[in-house]
Amino acid sequence: MSAAEGVMPTSRGAGVGSNGSAHSRPVLIDIRNLVREYSIGGQTIRALDGVSLQIHHGEFVAIMGPSGSGKSTAMNMIGCLDTPTSGDYILDGYSVAQMSEDDLADLRNQKIGFVFQSFNLLPKTSALENVELPMMYAGVPRRERRRRAEEALVRVGLGERMHNRPNELSGGQQQRVSIARALVNNPALILADEPTGALDSRTTEDILRLFEELHEQGNTIVIVTHEMEVGEHAKRIVHFRDGNVEREEWTDEKAGDAR
Amino acid sequence: MMLEILRVSWRSIRSNKMRSFLTMLGIIIGVMAVVLSSAIGVSSRDSVTSRVESLGSNILTIGPGFAQSGGINHGFGSASTLTVANATAIEKDDPDVALTAPLASDNAQVVFGANNTSAAIEGTNQNYATIKNITMAQGGFLTAADVTHSANVAVLGSQIEQTLFSGYAGSPVGQQIDIQGIPFTVIGVAATQDSTGFENPNDGIAIPVTTEQNLLTGSTTVSQILASAKSSAVMDDAQLEITSTLRVLHQLAPSAANDFQITNQATILSALSGISQTLTYLLDGISAISLLVGGIGIMNIMLVSVTERTREIGIRKAIGARKGIISTQFLLESLTLSLAGALIGLIIGGGGAIVVGQISKTGNLLSPTAVILAVVFSVAIGLIFGVYPARKAANLKPIDALRFE
Ligand SMILES: Nc1ncnc2c1ncn2[C@@H]1O[C@H](COP(=O)(O)OP(=O)(O)O)[C@@H](O)[C@H]1O
Ligand SMILES: [Mg+2]
Repeated sequence: MSAAEGVMPTSRGAGVGSNGSAHSRPVLIDIRNLVREYSIGGQTIRALDGVSLQIHHGEFVAIMGPSGSGKSTAMNMIGCLDTPTSGDYILDGYSVAQMSEDDLADLRNQKIGFVFQSFNLLPKTSALENVELPMMYAGVPRRERRRRAEEALVRVGLGERMHNRPNELSGGQQQRVSIARALVNNPALILADEPTGALDSRTTEDILRLFEELHEQGNTIVIVTHEMEVGEHAKRIVHFRDGNVEREEWTDEKAGDAR
Repeated sequence: MMLEILRVSWRSIRSNKMRSFLTMLGIIIGVMAVVLSSAIGVSSRDSVTSRVESLGSNILTIGPGFAQSGGINHGFGSASTLTVANATAIEKDDPDVALTAPLASDNAQVVFGANNTSAAIEGTNQNYATIKNITMAQGGFLTAADVTHSANVAVLGSQIEQTLFSGYAGSPVGQQIDIQGIPFTVIGVAATQDSTGFENPNDGIAIPVTTEQNLLTGSTTVSQILASAKSSAVMDDAQLEITSTLRVLHQLAPSAANDFQITNQATILSALSGISQTLTYLLDGISAISLLVGGIGIMNIMLVSVTERTREIGIRKAIGARKGIISTQFLLESLTLSLAGALIGLIIGGGGAIVVGQISKTGNLLSPTAVILAVVFSVAIGLIFGVYPARKAANLKPIDALRFE
C-alpha cells in the first residue's frame, strides 16, 4: 500500500486508492445526487445538496465535517431511517427510495447495525435481551437467539455483564452492548453516529479498537464523527461541508496506528 | 413472537403499577356495575314474581272511595258504602268475576284459658281461603252454612294459634275461645302464609262476616270486598263490570264520582316490577357510561405511554420492527389493561352478586350472560380505544422517534 494521503476524486468506481483491496469488492452503498430538504415554518433548508458517494463491502469509512454540514442527515439516509427528497440510493442492490416502510424495516433489520451516540438501548431490559432484539424481529428461534446474543456479547468483551440492565452499566459498557446488538444479525453494514461522543478518551480508544477489530474481521463500517482522532482510525475519510462532499482522504494504516 | 410482544406489554404495565391500576378503574367499576345490575335485576324480578304468586294473581280489592267534603280529602276508609249484598251481587252478576269475599275488620281481645292477646278479627265468607290461597294446617275453613247461620266459629292464623295455645298440648280444633267475651269454637288453623308486605296474614282470626256484623262491629257495611277475576287476562274487564254493578247498586248519578275504589293487584305489581326494571336500566346506563369512561381512560394513558416511549419505538423501528409489531404491542397492552380490569371487576362484582343472592335468598345471581357480556365488552373497549394510540405509535417515522427527547 502506498502512503498516499492525497485528496481523491469522488468519482464512482475509481479503482484507485490506498485501500485498493476494498475497491475491488462489490459496491455496498451507492448514493447518487441525493437531496434532503427540511421545511421549517415555510423556510426550506437543504441539508443534503446532491450528494454522490460510493462505499464498497469491507470498507472502514469516516464521515467528518463541521456541525450542521449534513453528516447526520446523510447517516439517516444511509441507514434507511429517512427518505430523500430526491436522488437515488441503492443499498446492496436494493433501491431504497421506492420501498414501503415495512420493507425498509426488514432491510434495516437484515443489512444494517446501528450504533448511536446515546447508545439507544432499551431501558429496564437486560444487555442480553437488548442484543436479542434484532434477531427477534428477524424471526430467529429463541434458543439460537440466546446463543448468538451471548456470543456477540463475549465478542465485545461483555461476557460477564450479560444480565445487567443498561443503567447498571458504564457508558463504555453500554456502547459495547449496542455494538453487540449492531453486529448480531451479521449485517452488511455497521453504521455509527458519533459513537464515542458520550465517552471519555480512554473508553473512546477501547471502542475504536473494537471497531478496528470488526473491520479486520471483514465488516463494513461507516462512522460519523467530528473528531479527527476518531476519524483517523478509518481507512477513508469523507469530508462534508454545507450538505455536500467537500473532499475524500485515504489514511495510511501506519499513520492510524501511530496515534 | 406474539409471546414476546405480550411479555413486553406486560412488563410495561407492571412497571407502572399504580398508573395501570388507575387506568383500569373505569373498566373495573363498569364491569362491577354490569354484574351487579344483572344480579339485582334478577333478584328483584324474582321477588316480585314470587309476591305475585303468593298474593293470588287475579285479586281485585274493592275499598271505600275518597269521601270528599269541601275539597278536603279524608283518605281511605271514610264512610264505607260496601255491603255483603254488594259482594254477592258482584259474584252473581259480573261474568268475569269468579268469587267474592266481603271483609269486615275489627280488633278485639281474644282469650283462651290463661292466655290472651289482641288480634285482627276478619269477618268474611267461605271464599276468602280460595281467593287468598290459604291452606289449612288443621280442621277446615268457614262454610257457607256458617255464614248464613252467623255461627260462632273461628279460624285462627298460625301465629295467633301459637300465642293462644302455648302450653296447651292438644289440638285447638273444637276448643272454645273468647272474642270480646263472646265464646267461639275453633274449627280450623291456617297454615303459615308468606308475608306479603305490611300486614301479617298469620296474625288474624277469620269468623263469618254475619257474626262479625251482629256481635262485634254492629254495622251493616263491610270495609272491603275481595274479588277474584276468572283469569289474569280479564282483570280489566272484571274491574269495569264491578264498577258499573256497584254504581247501579249505590244509585250514583252519572255525574257523581265513585264512592268506592278498586285496586288491581296486578297493576301494583307491574308498577313494582316496572320500578325494578327502571333500576336495572339505570345501573345498565351507569355501567355503559363507566365502561366508556374507562375506555377513554385507557386511550388517554396509552397515548401518554406512546409519547413517553417514542424513543423506544424509534429504537425498535431502527432495529427492524415492522409497523404491525409496534401496533400489536400497544394494542396488546390496552387489551391486557381492559381484560385485567374486567377480571378485577368480575371478582368484586361477582362477590357482590353472591352477597346479594344470600341476602335476598334468591340463590346464585352471577349470571353467565352478564359475565360473558362484561368480558366481551371490555375486550371490545380495549380494542376500540387501543387502536388509535397503537396506530399513532406504528406510524411514527423512525427518525422522528429516535430524535425525540
Ligand atoms: N429534523 C430537522 N428539521 C429541520 N432541520 C434539520 C433537521 N435535521 C437537520 N436539520 C438541519 O439540516 C442541516 C444539517 O444537519 P445535520 O445533518 O444534523 O448536521 P450534522 O450532523 O453534520 O451536524 C442543519 O442545518 C440542521 O439544522
Ligand atoms: Mg450530527
